[in-house]
Amino acid sequence: MRWGVVTFPGSCDDHDVVDSLRSELGQKVKLLWHKDELAGKFDCIVLPGGFSYGDYLRCGAMARFSPILRGVIDFAQSGGLVLGICNGFQILCESGLLPGALVRNADLQFVCQLVHLRVEETDTPFTAGLRKGQLLKMPVKHGEGCYYADAPTLERLHKNRQILLRYVDAKGKPTTAANPNGSVENIAGICNEARNVFGLMPHPEDACSKLLGSEDGAKIFASIAAGYAQKASAHV
Amino acid sequence: MSDPGQEKLAQSAVAPEIVAAHGITTDEYQKIVKILGREPNYTELGVFSVMWSEHCSYKSSRYHLKNLPTEGPYVLQGPGENAGVVDIGGGLAVAFKIESHNHPSFIEPYQGAATGVGGILRDIFTMGARPVASLNSLRFGSLDHPRTRYLLAGVVAGIGGYGNCIGVPTVGGECYFDECYNANILVNAFTLGIVKKKNIFTGIAKGAGNPVIYVGSKTGRDGIHGATMASESFSGEKEQRRPTVQVGDPFTEKLLLEACLELMEKDFIVGIQDMGAAGLTSSSAEMAGRGGCGVELNLSAVPLRESGMTPYEILLSESQERMLLVAKQGSEDEIRKIFEKWDLDAVVVGRVTDDRQFRALWQGKEVARIPINALTKDAPSYQRPAAPPQHDQVQQLDLSAVNEPKDLGMALKQLLASPNIASKEWIYRQYDQFVRTNTVIAPGADAAVIRVKGTGKGLALTVDGNSRYCYLDPYVGGVVAVAEAARNLACVGARPIGLTDCLNFGSPENPGVMWQFSQVIQGMRDACTALNVPVVSGNVSFYNETDGVPIYPTPTIAMVGLLERVERAVTPWFKEPGDVVALLGRTREELGGSEYLKCVHGLTRGTPPWIDLKMEQAVQRCCIEAIEQELLCSAHDLSDGGLAVALAECCVGGPEKPLGVRIDTHEMIRGDALLFSESQSRIIVSLKEENLVGLEEIAARHNVPLQVIGTVGGSRFVIQPLLQLPVDEIKTIWSTGLSAVLK
Repeated sequence: MRWGVVTFPGSCDDHDVVDSLRSELGQKVKLLWHKDELAGKFDCIVLPGGFSYGDYLRCGAMARFSPILRGVIDFAQSGGLVLGICNGFQILCESGLLPGALVRNADLQFVCQLVHLRVEETDTPFTAGLRKGQLLKMPVKHGEGCYYADAPTLERLHKNRQILLRYVDAKGKPTTAANPNGSVENIAGICNEARNVFGLMPHPEDACSKLLGSEDGAKIFASIAAGYAQKASAHV
Repeated sequence: MSDPGQEKLAQSAVAPEIVAAHGITTDEYQKIVKILGREPNYTELGVFSVMWSEHCSYKSSRYHLKNLPTEGPYVLQGPGENAGVVDIGGGLAVAFKIESHNHPSFIEPYQGAATGVGGILRDIFTMGARPVASLNSLRFGSLDHPRTRYLLAGVVAGIGGYGNCIGVPTVGGECYFDECYNANILVNAFTLGIVKKKNIFTGIAKGAGNPVIYVGSKTGRDGIHGATMASESFSGEKEQRRPTVQVGDPFTEKLLLEACLELMEKDFIVGIQDMGAAGLTSSSAEMAGRGGCGVELNLSAVPLRESGMTPYEILLSESQERMLLVAKQGSEDEIRKIFEKWDLDAVVVGRVTDDRQFRALWQGKEVARIPINALTKDAPSYQRPAAPPQHDQVQQLDLSAVNEPKDLGMALKQLLASPNIASKEWIYRQYDQFVRTNTVIAPGADAAVIRVKGTGKGLALTVDGNSRYCYLDPYVGGVVAVAEAARNLACVGARPIGLTDCLNFGSPENPGVMWQFSQVIQGMRDACTALNVPVVSGNVSFYNETDGVPIYPTPTIAMVGLLERVERAVTPWFKEPGDVVALLGRTREELGGSEYLKCVHGLTRGTPPWIDLKMEQAVQRCCIEAIEQELLCSAHDLSDGGLAVALAECCVGGPEKPLGVRIDTHEMIRGDALLFSESQSRIIVSLKEENLVGLEEIAARHNVPLQVIGTVGGSRFVIQPLLQLPVDEIKTIWSTGLSAVLK
């Protein structure tokens, strides 16, 4: 499977995604530069965390106009898998590949902490290897991670079962206390209607090793890789 | 002030009041005239004022700093460079340094703290090292003081705003509150980077004719005379100083970091230095000073952010996110290409000369000509008068007049809720602790631990300093600061490899402060020597006083340790019911200078706890060996608040559910001393019962007192026969002590 990870100016977690995919999951990964057009064959493109172009305007607002993103949007629209983590999620919302928006955390502070996530849907390539209701532990670290969508959009998200992850407490309850940023309905990650684009605020790449406290993030990457392998063998 | 910079060199003498406004004394001015053989012009006066400022020249501290041990078998670069460098084996080394940004942070907390982080990051990647972890040490006034919350919120947001955006995790730190910092807070920032041994760069200019290249942000009028400001005491007019604080742009620094590290993979650089305090002036002069050559700067070529800037302003600007490098001739185009990729300026602004002069040109005319040595090694150095301050009675403490509280449980709760001891999660949750995927032990433990990818090794990092001890006895305070930092490392299982210090004091012109300074240095020296820890870099911040009242002497020690196998690192928290709790070291009746006396009795008195450095080293070695043999489940240093507070932290400080404990002790000392004495050289450990024999054997070999004092488990926190409390209550009090006050 061929992974592409985009480096925008100001990306911070690009190398972390590459490292985790390579050393913890043995995947083939290529770094992509924001000024280039998307060229070559990829099976999954990752938009990593960080502060693309400084995020001085609005998170992700500049990155959506970068040359590489034109290709990423075409790739997504033709069914390619796109994973946006943190700033990547913000970019996906800005570019219209995902509905809704990520706004300033409810307490107006940057938040870095370990959170529990509940898997809400498993019929996507990103969560197929997980169980419905399964709890995952990984960090969030963001200042603008409060997911917002208006009522009609939320209704569509429900109807199409696009909410993939929610912030919950250790017992799996989506309480207010377990919501680190004030996201509507404790939403931590959503996919598009076609289920090939996934954005989430937590960082799976920071949770791929027992030494670092959790391997739950690797389960998302592994799910993507396993789905690909299955498809590849079906084609043989 | 008018600026005669464009007039012919050495034409106009400057008026005495302008000299005084630059912080230059009459004697120093005479020295300048003698060096130049003429009166300086306005531009030159500006150059002298920043280069001879306390901040850049260390003129009051150099005499004392040379007492510190700076050498060791693994030290690759000691003090005097942008950062110290220590070998960690396998072809790798670590570069690290701590630096203060106190005055700017008091004036404008967000930008002051943010640019402090920006500055220390540049010091690290200047050496060719990839920054991988940061720490910070903060001191604020009392939380009752009207300005403290504003300062705390601004400083923390500023540190996070810069560090998070540049993608370097903040993995630890410390924060204390005391009235002595009401009008002069301390913000000390530390960064560590990893560098290939064969790829270390230094700030040196060599090779006449080599181009001097300016890279990074454009130059503006911000931060002019920041270095001079950092070398003065505050008086009532701090608000007016706001324009001397720089404004940070972490995005540009991130680009600069990546561009510089990319450039350093090539063989184009002779030397490189960050433009920090005193900007273009100090970076060029210091590089030429180290290389024994001269430098000629063409100020007309410097990229400017605003029009109409004078040579004086260009030379003294402290605009952030700029670096100066000396390159090999012929590499200019290749260098420009790399910076263009990252959308940054890279402009030749001068060349290396062999005349040992600092020369600046403006529109083809020479506007400054000063011998390099006059700005660097021949800058003034003073052996200032030192005498013990007149507060010696503070050491007197009659414990019999201090009533032991009837309810010791209440006293413990009071301590746990106090902002100095309560959880600092409100602070560190605003920092990205995980980026770079190395963080093995995150903030909240005795020391942070990060892995060194591809080696199996780990690095432990801690920052420590007890200024109340230093106030009561600066020598002992200096010893304890170093010893405790090393003990923090021992608690995670790391052996110390070097330290960097940030020495925050009042005015060196006050003999009492100078005496404190020399005593602290002697204490540090003795502890460093006994514990074999070299000082590899550091920073002195004087003039931390307002209207003549100095802060407590505050040496901040940041120490780095190495773990041969990172997976062996242990945390301070109890792990499982049934584990045995043991105490290494001995508790004595030492309440002088304790957090308990201050918090419960409102007293800052007495002599700080005594410390036997041989015992200290034995306790640390015992702990490290036990961790290396994988005998321990947890280890926690005893410090502020003593045994009771340390045990409470072991029970509730971890990320998992709190655990109770039952302790039985039999020391024949008064109850409050047993619980809250801050006797040094003590570590609480927990372990499986079957490992006790192994621990006893190690303790006996090192002659370390070892007492089994209790068992982990239950839902209560019990210290027989003195107190018992529900462990959930302790958790709540300790977790919310700080955040509740800040709501």
